[in-house]
Amino acid sequence: MTTMRLGWQRTRYEVRSFFRERDAVIFIFAYPVIMLAIFATVFGQGGATVGDDIPFAQYFLPGMIATGILLSSFQSMALDIAAERDRGGLKRLRGTPLPPASYFLGKVGQVLVTSLVQLALLLAVAALLFDVSLPDSPERWFTLAWVFLLGTATGTICGVGFSSLPRSAKSASAVVTPVVLVLQFISGVFFSFFQLPSWMQEAASIFPLKWMAQGMRSVFLPDGAAALEPAGSWELGLVALVLVVWLVIGLVIGVRTFRWQRRGDR
Amino acid sequence: MTDELAVRVRGLHKRYGDKHAVDGLDLEVARGEIVAVLGPNGAGKTTTVEILEGYRHRDAGEVTVLGQDPQTAGRDWRARIGIVLQSSSDLDEATVTELVHHWATFYPHPRDPEQVIDAVGLREKAKTRAGALSGGQRRRLDVALGIVGNPELLFLDEPTTGFDPEARRAFWELIAGLRDDGTAILLTTHYLDEAEQLADRAVVVSDGRVVATGAPADLGDRNARQAMVRWVEDGEHREIRTDTPTAVIAELAGRFTEIPGLQVLRPTLEDIYLSLVDAKESVR
Repeated sequence: MTTMRLGWQRTRYEVRSFFRERDAVIFIFAYPVIMLAIFATVFGQGGATVGDDIPFAQYFLPGMIATGILLSSFQSMALDIAAERDRGGLKRLRGTPLPPASYFLGKVGQVLVTSLVQLALLLAVAALLFDVSLPDSPERWFTLAWVFLLGTATGTICGVGFSSLPRSAKSASAVVTPVVLVLQFISGVFFSFFQLPSWMQEAASIFPLKWMAQGMRSVFLPDGAAALEPAGSWELGLVALVLVVWLVIGLVIGVRTFRWQRRGDR
Repeated sequence: MTDELAVRVRGLHKRYGDKHAVDGLDLEVARGEIVAVLGPNGAGKTTTVEILEGYRHRDAGEVTVLGQDPQTAGRDWRARIGIVLQSSSDLDEATVTELVHHWATFYPHPRDPEQVIDAVGLREKAKTRAGALSGGQRRRLDVALGIVGNPELLFLDEPTTGFDPEARRAFWELIAGLRDDGTAILLTTHYLDEAEQLADRAVVVSDGRVVATGAPADLGDRNARQAMVRWVEDGEHREIRTDTPTAVIAELAGRFTEIPGLQVLRPTLEDIYLSLVDAKESVR
């Protein structure tokens, strides 16, 4: 009970702190929106389409939603927690009776709030500026919901696990950003996934971002577009499975490597 | 709860590689007592305190803090201690009021956060974000977060580093007030005047061991506390170390009508401290 109550207190505290850190807010919210705008505009010139009749903005939106989730969960957790550790914030909390579970609940709460805001922003921009049609059936909204939630959870947990890797707050973005960038490129966020070489598709299949993007495509693209996927279908069962596997991997690594103090500080 | 001692340490050892950071240290803090741990950089002060706080694991020795072993103690125990670590740079985005109130929610029997803000003298900065506070104000915020849980035992690791003299005085009053409320306080400091002002007992640590302990006024052995009588005779400076300066002066007064250049010097805590630390260094 105390753990839940304090988890709620932490969520409020984390969300407030997040929105006060202007640089991070702008980056996390603006990046996917700007990328969507650029790619949809550049590739969509003259009414060009993906496949026979999918407008570029419609095709890119799912990838941008997936990349947005990656940023607001994985990247933001990995950077935040590395910085908090480096600055002594985690050590300070460790000296209080705050249950560790409440601390993590606060992080999860913050990521959920920021990811939802970001999703809403992306949907609004896509629908209003690029004329993207939003899901038209309860089944599609349901898929959107579970891929979003599971993707956010997996990203958050993996971010917590990854946060122990950088040696300091300064090196954190140098360690985290390349991972995020490479994943974005190989997972078909910026290109049509089906046009990537098959070895790249296979490499991307190891990581969660490709599956999040695929799940999101099933929400926003017409049923016929499933034929463009390497497997010829949306493979939603596999999407869920891969995300859950990464969730568990992240959890195991996180539990084993999480440190409240700087490296060597014990 | 019935334990008279807030802290009891016997034969504490901690090694980093080949270096003995703490080498057989003993320490006690009674309830409601302020104990200052003095010592040069690298003497093992912070290592010792962080073992007592549960942050570091010891290699050997007995450690009891509020009746429990910090290495295995849980949340209930943490609710009874307050920790003010050495400098930190976290918490930038939240205001003083938000932080003190938020911290209070972690504890079962917190103090009134508004009273705590007043007590540390941050009333005028209550709406200011931590990142915009001066060094001294930040330190007082650290203390506010350390005491808002109403701890039985408070750890202060070099609390006034970077304070101006006025802020330091105000801080001392705050700490003395906490002791009067019954809080036991373990303080590490570089400042001997701080130990002299605040501490019921001072413990001098050098090379991971206690080299002296006692009330700040009684530190050091008899030789270290001897007075020095100085005067000028036949154009030369003379000096005598003595336990009986009055007798020396009486004898001198018999020879001079006015004793030239007469001085009677009592060693300051700093002189005694330096002699203690130096003696230890030369034995090595």
